[in-house]
Amino acid sequence: MNRISEDDLHAYADGLLPAGRRAEVEAWLAAHAEDAARVQAWAAQNRSLHAAFDEVLNEPLPLQLVRAASGQRTQTTQWYRAAAAVFIVAGVGVLGYGLGLRSAEPAAQYATLPQAAAIAHVVYSPEVRHPVEVEAQHADHLVAWLSKRLGHALRAPDFTAQGFDLLGGRLLPGETGPVAQFMYQDGLKRRITLYVRRDAAKQAETSFRHAREDGIEVFYWVDHGLGYALSGNVDKAEMGRLADAAYHQISP
Amino acid sequence: MSSPVDLIQHIPRLRRYARALVRDAARADDLVQDTLERALAKLDLWRPGSDLRAWLFTLMHNLFVNQLRASGGHTLCELDEANDVAVSGGQTEALVVRDIQAALAQLPAEQREVMLLVGLEQFAYADAARILGVPQGTVMSRLSRARERMRELLEGHQATKLQVVK
Repeated sequence: MNRISEDDLHAYADGLLPAGRRAEVEAWLAAHAEDAARVQAWAAQNRSLHAAFDEVLNEPLPLQLVRAASGQRTQTTQWYRAAAAVFIVAGVGVLGYGLGLRSAEPAAQYATLPQAAAIAHVVYSPEVRHPVEVEAQHADHLVAWLSKRLGHALRAPDFTAQGFDLLGGRLLPGETGPVAQFMYQDGLKRRITLYVRRDAAKQAETSFRHAREDGIEVFYWVDHGLGYALSGNVDKAEMGRLADAAYHQISP
Repeated sequence: MSSPVDLIQHIPRLRRYARALVRDAARADDLVQDTLERALAKLDLWRPGSDLRAWLFTLMHNLFVNQLRASGGHTLCELDEANDVAVSGGQTEALVVRDIQAALAQLPAEQREVMLLVGLEQFAYADAARILGVPQGTVMSRLSRARERMRELLEGHQATKLQVVK
Protein backbone atom coordinates (compact mmCIF):
# COMPACT_ATOMS: atom_id res chain seq x y z
CA MET A 1 0.00 0.00 0.00
CA ASN A 2 1.24 3.47 -0.83
CA ARG A 3 1.59 5.78 2.08
CA ILE A 4 -1.64 7.64 2.84
CA SER A 5 -1.10 11.36 2.69
CA GLU A 6 -3.08 14.24 4.15
CA ASP A 7 -4.25 15.01 0.59
CA ASP A 8 -5.61 11.47 0.27
CA LEU A 9 -7.65 11.98 3.42
CA HIS A 10 -9.17 15.16 2.02
CA ALA A 11 -9.86 13.54 -1.34
CA TYR A 12 -11.54 10.68 0.52
CA ALA A 13 -13.78 13.06 2.45
CA ASP A 14 -14.67 14.80 -0.82
CA GLY A 15 -15.41 11.55 -2.65
CA LEU A 16 -12.69 12.26 -5.23
CA LEU A 17 -10.67 9.05 -4.99
CA PRO A 18 -10.78 6.23 -7.53
CA ALA A 19 -12.13 2.98 -6.09
CA GLY A 20 -8.75 1.29 -5.58
CA ARG A 21 -7.23 4.14 -3.66
CA ARG A 22 -10.44 4.59 -1.71
CA ALA A 23 -10.18 1.03 -0.42
CA GLU A 24 -6.60 1.69 0.69
CA VAL A 25 -7.64 4.79 2.57
CA GLU A 26 -10.49 2.89 4.18
CA ALA A 27 -8.06 0.26 5.40
CA TRP A 28 -5.85 3.01 6.82
CA LEU A 29 -8.80 4.68 8.55
CA ALA A 30 -9.90 1.39 10.10
CA ALA A 31 -6.56 1.28 11.88
CA HIS A 32 -6.20 5.00 12.68
CA ALA A 33 -9.14 6.23 14.70
CA GLU A 34 -7.94 9.81 14.96
CA ASP A 35 -7.68 10.21 11.19
CA ALA A 36 -11.07 8.53 10.81
CA ALA A 37 -12.63 11.07 13.16
CA ARG A 38 -11.11 13.97 11.23
CA VAL A 39 -12.28 12.64 7.88
CA GLN A 40 -15.76 12.09 9.28
CA ALA A 41 -15.86 15.63 10.60
CA TRP A 42 -14.78 17.03 7.21
CA ALA A 43 -17.45 15.08 5.35
CA ALA A 44 -20.00 16.32 7.90
CA GLN A 45 -18.83 19.89 7.22
CA ASN A 46 -19.54 19.39 3.51
CA ARG A 47 -23.02 18.11 4.32
CA SER A 48 -23.67 21.07 6.60
CA LEU A 49 -22.62 23.50 3.88
CA HIS A 50 -25.18 21.94 1.56
CA ALA A 51 -27.85 21.99 4.27
CA ALA A 52 -27.16 25.68 4.82
CA PHE A 53 -26.93 26.92 1.25
CA ASP A 54 -28.58 24.54 -1.24
CA GLU A 55 -31.83 26.34 -0.59
CA VAL A 56 -30.47 29.18 -2.73
CA LEU A 57 -30.60 26.90 -5.78
CA ASN A 58 -34.37 26.64 -5.46
CA GLU A 59 -35.01 30.37 -5.32
CA PRO A 60 -36.49 31.97 -8.44
CA LEU A 61 -33.81 33.87 -10.33
CA PRO A 62 -33.90 37.61 -9.67
CA LEU A 63 -34.83 39.38 -12.86
CA GLN A 64 -31.92 41.80 -12.68
CA LEU A 65 -29.52 38.84 -12.86
CA VAL A 66 -31.25 37.34 -15.87
CA ARG A 67 -31.04 40.81 -17.35
CA ALA A 68 -27.33 41.08 -16.58
CA ALA A 69 -26.63 37.65 -18.07
CA SER A 70 -28.39 38.69 -21.26
CA GLY A 71 -26.47 41.95 -21.63
CA GLN A 72 -29.70 43.80 -20.99
CA ARG A 73 -30.09 47.50 -20.38
CA THR A 74 -30.29 48.48 -23.97
CA GLN A 75 -31.05 45.73 -26.40
CA THR A 76 -33.68 43.11 -25.85
CA THR A 77 -33.46 39.64 -27.19
CA GLN A 78 -35.99 36.96 -27.55
CA TRP A 79 -34.09 34.84 -25.08
CA TYR A 80 -34.10 37.58 -22.54
CA ARG A 81 -37.82 38.07 -22.80
CA ALA A 82 -38.37 34.37 -22.56
CA ALA A 83 -36.06 33.99 -19.58
CA ALA A 84 -37.54 37.00 -17.82
CA ALA A 85 -41.01 35.64 -18.33
CA VAL A 86 -40.03 32.30 -16.90
CA PHE A 87 -38.66 33.80 -13.73
CA ILE A 88 -41.16 36.49 -12.96
CA VAL A 89 -42.83 35.56 -9.70
CA ALA A 90 -45.95 36.95 -8.14
CA GLY A 91 -45.19 39.56 -5.53
CA VAL A 92 -44.78 43.23 -4.85
CA GLY A 93 -41.13 43.45 -5.84
CA VAL A 94 -41.80 41.71 -9.06
CA LEU A 95 -44.72 43.92 -9.91
CA GLY A 96 -42.19 46.75 -10.07
CA TYR A 97 -39.97 44.72 -12.36
CA GLY A 98 -42.93 43.78 -14.46
CA LEU A 99 -43.97 47.39 -14.91
CA GLY A 100 -40.41 48.46 -15.68
CA LEU A 101 -40.16 45.70 -18.18
CA ARG A 102 -43.37 46.68 -19.87
CA SER A 103 -42.56 50.35 -20.11
CA ALA A 104 -39.17 49.52 -21.59
CA GLU A 105 -40.64 47.01 -23.98
CA PRO A 106 -44.12 47.91 -25.02
CA ALA A 107 -44.12 45.14 -27.57
CA ALA A 108 -42.91 42.39 -25.22
CA GLN A 109 -44.31 39.05 -26.22
CA TYR A 110 -44.89 35.99 -24.17
CA ALA A 111 -42.27 33.32 -24.34
CA THR A 112 -43.42 30.57 -26.59
CA LEU A 113 -44.04 27.25 -24.93
CA PRO A 114 -40.88 25.60 -26.32
CA GLN A 115 -38.70 28.61 -25.39
CA ALA A 116 -39.96 28.69 -21.83
CA ALA A 117 -39.57 24.94 -21.52
CA ALA A 118 -36.04 24.93 -22.94
CA ILE A 119 -34.89 27.64 -20.53
CA ALA A 120 -36.38 25.84 -17.54
CA HIS A 121 -34.67 22.66 -18.75
CA VAL A 122 -31.29 24.34 -19.09
CA VAL A 123 -31.49 26.03 -15.68
CA TYR A 124 -32.56 23.04 -13.61
CA SER A 125 -31.40 19.88 -15.34
CA PRO A 126 -27.64 20.34 -14.60
CA GLU A 127 -28.20 20.37 -10.84
CA VAL A 128 -26.42 17.44 -9.25
CA ARG A 129 -27.76 17.57 -5.72
CA HIS A 130 -30.95 19.58 -6.02
CA PRO A 131 -32.44 18.86 -9.42
CA VAL A 132 -35.96 18.64 -8.04
CA GLU A 133 -38.03 20.05 -5.19
CA VAL A 134 -39.95 16.86 -4.53
CA GLU A 135 -38.30 13.54 -5.23
CA ALA A 136 -39.73 10.60 -7.10
CA GLN A 137 -40.11 8.45 -3.99
CA HIS A 138 -42.96 10.79 -3.10
CA ALA A 139 -44.42 10.56 -6.60
CA ASP A 140 -48.07 10.52 -5.49
CA HIS A 141 -47.56 13.57 -3.34
CA LEU A 142 -45.63 15.26 -6.14
CA VAL A 143 -48.35 14.77 -8.72
CA ALA A 144 -51.12 15.76 -6.27
CA TRP A 145 -49.24 18.87 -5.21
CA LEU A 146 -48.49 20.04 -8.76
CA SER A 147 -52.07 19.22 -9.88
CA LYS A 148 -53.43 21.35 -7.07
CA ARG A 149 -51.18 24.28 -7.89
CA LEU A 150 -52.03 24.16 -11.58
CA GLY A 151 -55.71 23.59 -10.87
CA HIS A 152 -55.72 20.67 -13.26
CA ALA A 153 -55.22 16.93 -12.83
CA LEU A 154 -51.74 16.06 -14.04
CA ARG A 155 -49.99 12.80 -14.74
CA ALA A 156 -46.27 12.16 -14.70
CA PRO A 157 -45.69 9.91 -17.70
CA ASP A 158 -43.75 6.70 -17.19
CA PHE A 159 -40.63 6.42 -19.38
CA THR A 160 -39.14 3.30 -17.81
CA ALA A 161 -39.71 1.41 -21.06
CA GLN A 162 -37.51 4.04 -22.75
CA GLY A 163 -34.88 3.83 -20.01
CA PHE A 164 -35.70 7.04 -18.16
CA ASP A 165 -36.74 7.09 -14.49
CA LEU A 166 -38.62 9.86 -12.76
CA LEU A 167 -36.30 11.95 -10.56
CA GLY A 168 -39.03 14.23 -9.26
CA GLY A 169 -40.46 17.60 -10.03
CA ARG A 170 -40.70 21.20 -9.14
CA LEU A 171 -43.08 24.12 -9.34
CA LEU A 172 -41.94 27.12 -11.37
CA PRO A 173 -43.38 30.57 -11.83
CA GLY A 174 -44.63 31.24 -15.34
CA GLU A 175 -46.41 34.00 -17.16
CA THR A 176 -49.65 32.04 -17.42
CA GLY A 177 -49.53 30.94 -13.79
CA PRO A 178 -47.69 28.15 -12.03
CA VAL A 179 -45.78 25.67 -14.15
CA ALA A 180 -44.96 22.06 -13.33
CA GLN A 181 -41.67 20.51 -14.32
CA PHE A 182 -41.08 16.77 -14.14
CA MET A 183 -37.51 15.55 -14.51
CA TYR A 184 -36.29 12.15 -15.67
CA GLN A 185 -32.87 10.59 -15.95
CA ASP A 186 -31.50 7.55 -17.76
CA GLY A 187 -28.59 5.23 -17.01
CA LEU A 188 -26.20 7.59 -18.80
CA LYS A 189 -27.34 10.40 -16.50
CA ARG A 190 -28.99 12.18 -19.40
CA ARG A 191 -31.95 14.22 -18.26
CA ILE A 192 -35.18 15.17 -19.92
CA THR A 193 -37.85 17.45 -18.50
CA LEU A 194 -41.58 17.69 -19.09
CA TYR A 195 -42.85 21.23 -18.73
CA VAL A 196 -46.60 21.61 -18.18
CA ARG A 197 -48.44 24.90 -18.07
CA ARG A 198 -52.01 26.01 -18.41
CA ASP A 199 -52.55 27.24 -21.87
CA ALA A 200 -53.82 30.78 -21.54
CA ALA A 201 -54.76 31.14 -25.17
CA LYS A 202 -57.16 28.19 -24.95
CA GLN A 203 -55.89 27.10 -28.28
CA ALA A 204 -57.44 24.23 -30.01
CA GLU A 205 -55.68 20.96 -29.37
CA THR A 206 -52.54 20.73 -31.42
CA SER A 207 -50.67 17.76 -32.65
CA PHE A 208 -46.98 17.34 -32.02
CA ARG A 209 -44.65 20.10 -32.90
CA HIS A 210 -40.90 20.18 -32.76
CA ALA A 211 -38.56 23.05 -32.03
CA ARG A 212 -34.84 23.27 -31.45
CA GLU A 213 -34.05 25.93 -28.86
CA ASP A 214 -30.38 26.62 -28.42
CA GLY A 215 -29.38 22.99 -28.88
CA ILE A 216 -32.25 21.62 -26.80
CA GLU A 217 -34.74 19.40 -28.63
CA VAL A 218 -38.30 20.27 -27.64
CA PHE A 219 -41.48 18.43 -28.60
CA TYR A 220 -44.67 20.15 -27.55
CA TRP A 221 -48.41 19.93 -27.83
CA VAL A 222 -51.57 21.33 -26.29
CA ASP A 223 -54.29 19.12 -24.85
CA HIS A 224 -57.34 19.85 -22.68
CA GLY A 225 -56.19 23.34 -21.79
CA LEU A 226 -52.65 22.33 -20.86
CA GLY A 227 -49.50 22.96 -22.84
CA TYR A 228 -46.87 20.22 -22.62
CA ALA A 229 -43.25 20.46 -23.72
CA LEU A 230 -40.70 17.68 -23.42
CA SER A 231 -37.11 18.99 -23.55
CA GLY A 232 -33.77 17.28 -23.62
CA ASN A 233 -30.29 17.35 -24.96
CA VAL A 234 -30.98 14.02 -26.63
CA ASP A 235 -31.09 13.34 -30.34
CA LYS A 236 -34.24 14.27 -32.14
CA ALA A 237 -35.41 10.79 -33.10
CA GLU A 238 -35.11 9.53 -29.53
CA MET A 239 -36.81 12.64 -28.15
CA GLY A 240 -39.59 12.07 -30.65
CA ARG A 241 -40.14 8.54 -29.36
CA LEU A 242 -40.17 9.77 -25.75
CA ALA A 243 -42.63 12.53 -26.59
CA ASP A 244 -44.80 10.01 -28.39
CA ALA A 245 -44.85 7.82 -25.28
CA ALA A 246 -45.74 10.82 -23.11
CA TYR A 247 -48.49 11.91 -25.45
CA HIS A 248 -50.12 8.49 -25.51
CA GLN A 249 -50.05 8.20 -21.73
CA ILE A 250 -51.38 11.68 -21.07
CA SER A 251 -53.85 11.99 -23.90
CA PRO A 252 -54.86 8.46 -24.81
CA MET B 1 -21.06 31.77 -26.78
CA SER B 2 -24.24 31.04 -28.58
CA SER B 3 -26.77 32.75 -26.35
CA PRO B 4 -27.30 34.25 -22.92
CA VAL B 5 -28.82 31.02 -21.77
CA ASP B 6 -25.27 29.73 -21.40
CA LEU B 7 -24.72 32.29 -18.66
CA ILE B 8 -28.21 32.02 -17.21
CA GLN B 9 -27.82 28.36 -16.40
CA HIS B 10 -24.91 29.16 -14.06
CA ILE B 11 -26.75 31.80 -12.05
CA PRO B 12 -28.17 29.46 -9.37
CA ARG B 13 -24.73 28.16 -8.39
CA LEU B 14 -23.04 31.54 -8.60
CA ARG B 15 -25.72 32.82 -6.22
CA ARG B 16 -25.23 29.91 -3.82
CA TYR B 17 -21.48 30.46 -3.66
CA ALA B 18 -21.80 34.22 -3.31
CA ARG B 19 -24.39 33.86 -0.54
CA ALA B 20 -22.08 31.58 1.41
CA LEU B 21 -19.09 33.81 0.75
CA VAL B 22 -20.47 37.23 1.74
CA ARG B 23 -23.54 36.11 3.73
CA ASP B 24 -25.72 39.12 3.02
CA ALA B 25 -28.20 38.13 0.29
CA ALA B 26 -28.39 41.52 -1.42
CA ARG B 27 -24.62 41.97 -1.46
CA ALA B 28 -24.22 38.43 -2.72
CA ASP B 29 -26.54 39.11 -5.66
CA ASP B 30 -24.62 42.31 -6.39
CA LEU B 31 -21.47 40.24 -6.62
CA VAL B 32 -23.21 37.82 -9.01
CA GLN B 33 -24.46 40.71 -11.11
CA ASP B 34 -20.97 42.24 -11.33
CA THR B 35 -19.65 38.81 -12.31
CA LEU B 36 -22.19 38.39 -15.12
CA GLU B 37 -21.54 41.88 -16.44
CA ARG B 38 -17.80 41.28 -16.36
CA ALA B 39 -18.31 37.96 -18.13
CA LEU B 40 -20.26 39.56 -20.96
CA ALA B 41 -17.67 42.32 -21.31
CA LYS B 42 -14.79 39.83 -21.44
CA LEU B 43 -16.50 37.07 -23.34
CA ASP B 44 -13.92 37.10 -26.11
CA LEU B 45 -11.30 36.10 -23.53
CA TRP B 46 -13.15 32.92 -22.69
CA ARG B 47 -11.93 29.91 -24.67
CA PRO B 48 -14.89 28.05 -26.12
CA GLY B 49 -14.77 24.45 -25.02
CA SER B 50 -13.18 25.26 -21.69
CA ASP B 51 -15.20 25.12 -18.48
CA LEU B 52 -17.49 28.16 -18.50
CA ARG B 53 -18.54 27.58 -14.90
CA ALA B 54 -14.94 27.60 -13.65
CA TRP B 55 -14.25 30.75 -15.66
CA LEU B 56 -17.25 32.51 -14.09
CA PHE B 57 -16.07 31.53 -10.62
CA THR B 58 -12.63 32.91 -11.49
CA LEU B 59 -14.18 36.25 -12.40
CA MET B 60 -16.18 36.23 -9.19
CA HIS B 61 -13.09 35.45 -7.15
CA ASN B 62 -11.23 38.39 -8.70
CA LEU B 63 -14.13 40.75 -8.00
CA PHE B 64 -14.40 39.47 -4.44
CA VAL B 65 -10.69 39.99 -3.80
CA ASN B 66 -10.89 43.52 -5.20
CA GLN B 67 -13.79 44.30 -2.88
CA LEU B 68 -11.89 42.85 0.02
CA ARG B 69 -8.88 45.02 -0.72
CA ALA B 70 -10.95 48.15 -1.23
CA SER B 71 -12.62 47.68 2.13
CA GLY B 72 -9.45 46.82 4.02
CA GLY B 73 -10.62 43.28 4.51
CA HIS B 74 -13.94 44.07 6.18
CA THR B 75 -16.54 42.88 3.74
CA LEU B 76 -18.28 40.52 6.08
CA CYS B 77 -21.41 41.64 7.77
CA GLU B 78 -21.82 41.19 11.49
CA LEU B 79 -22.57 37.75 12.80
CA ASP B 80 -26.05 38.47 14.08
CA GLU B 81 -27.15 39.87 10.74
CA ALA B 82 -26.60 36.51 9.19
CA ASN B 83 -29.39 34.47 10.67
CA ASP B 84 -31.90 35.18 7.96
CA VAL B 85 -31.10 32.33 5.58
CA ALA B 86 -34.22 30.28 5.01
CA VAL B 87 -33.94 27.00 6.84
CA SER B 88 -36.14 24.04 6.16
CA GLY B 89 -36.59 21.15 8.50
CA GLY B 90 -36.34 20.77 12.21
CA GLN B 91 -34.63 22.71 14.90
CA THR B 92 -31.53 20.52 14.91
CA GLU B 93 -30.96 21.31 11.28
CA ALA B 94 -31.48 25.00 11.98
CA LEU B 95 -28.81 24.84 14.67
CA VAL B 96 -26.39 23.05 12.37
CA VAL B 97 -26.99 25.68 9.72
CA ARG B 98 -26.43 28.54 12.13
CA ASP B 99 -23.30 26.96 13.52
CA ILE B 100 -21.76 26.37 10.12
CA GLN B 101 -22.50 29.94 9.05
CA ALA B 102 -20.95 31.34 12.20
CA ALA B 103 -17.91 29.11 11.81
CA LEU B 104 -17.47 30.05 8.14
CA ALA B 105 -17.52 33.72 9.06
CA GLN B 106 -14.59 33.22 11.36
CA LEU B 107 -12.37 31.78 8.65
CA PRO B 108 -10.00 34.10 6.80
CA ALA B 109 -11.48 34.90 3.38
CA GLU B 110 -8.88 32.83 1.51
CA GLN B 111 -9.69 29.74 3.56
CA ARG B 112 -13.42 30.33 3.28
CA GLU B 113 -13.14 30.45 -0.51
CA VAL B 114 -11.32 27.11 -0.67
CA MET B 115 -13.74 25.54 1.80
CA LEU B 116 -16.72 26.60 -0.33
CA LEU B 117 -15.27 25.86 -3.77
CA VAL B 118 -14.40 22.32 -2.68
CA GLY B 119 -17.00 21.46 -0.04
CA LEU B 120 -20.04 23.22 -1.46
CA GLU B 121 -19.39 23.74 -5.18
CA GLN B 122 -17.55 20.42 -5.51
CA PHE B 123 -14.77 21.68 -7.74
CA ALA B 124 -11.76 19.38 -8.15
CA TYR B 125 -8.67 20.67 -6.33
CA ALA B 126 -6.94 21.55 -9.60
CA ASP B 127 -9.96 23.61 -10.70
CA ALA B 128 -10.10 25.39 -7.35
CA ALA B 129 -6.40 26.22 -7.76
CA ARG B 130 -7.00 27.68 -11.22
CA ILE B 131 -9.98 29.70 -10.02
CA LEU B 132 -7.98 31.17 -7.15
CA GLY B 133 -4.79 31.59 -9.18
CA VAL B 134 -2.64 29.65 -6.68
CA PRO B 135 -0.75 26.34 -6.83
CA GLN B 136 -2.71 23.22 -5.92
CA GLY B 137 -0.46 22.73 -2.90
CA THR B 138 -1.69 26.05 -1.56
CA VAL B 139 -5.29 24.95 -2.05
CA MET B 140 -4.58 21.78 -0.07
CA SER B 141 -2.89 23.56 2.81
CA ARG B 142 -5.67 26.17 3.00
CA LEU B 143 -8.27 23.42 2.88
CA SER B 144 -6.51 21.56 5.66
CA ARG B 145 -6.31 24.64 7.88
CA ALA B 146 -9.90 25.63 7.11
CA ARG B 147 -11.29 22.21 7.95
CA GLU B 148 -9.37 21.86 11.16
CA ARG B 149 -10.35 25.36 12.23
CA MET B 150 -14.00 24.57 11.42
CA ARG B 151 -13.73 21.41 13.47
CA GLU B 152 -12.44 23.33 16.48
CA LEU B 153 -15.13 25.96 16.10
CA LEU B 154 -17.97 23.49 15.65
CA GLU B 155 -16.81 21.13 18.38
CA GLY B 156 -16.16 24.04 20.72
CA HIS B 157 -19.69 25.17 20.08
CA GLN B 158 -21.00 21.70 20.76
CA ALA B 159 -19.12 21.58 24.08
CA THR B 160 -20.57 24.92 25.21
CA LYS B 161 -24.06 23.79 24.32
CA LEU B 162 -23.66 20.60 26.28
CA GLN B 163 -22.53 22.52 29.33
CA VAL B 164 -25.53 24.78 29.12
CA VAL B 165 -27.90 21.83 28.81
CA LYS B 166 -26.41 20.16 31.85
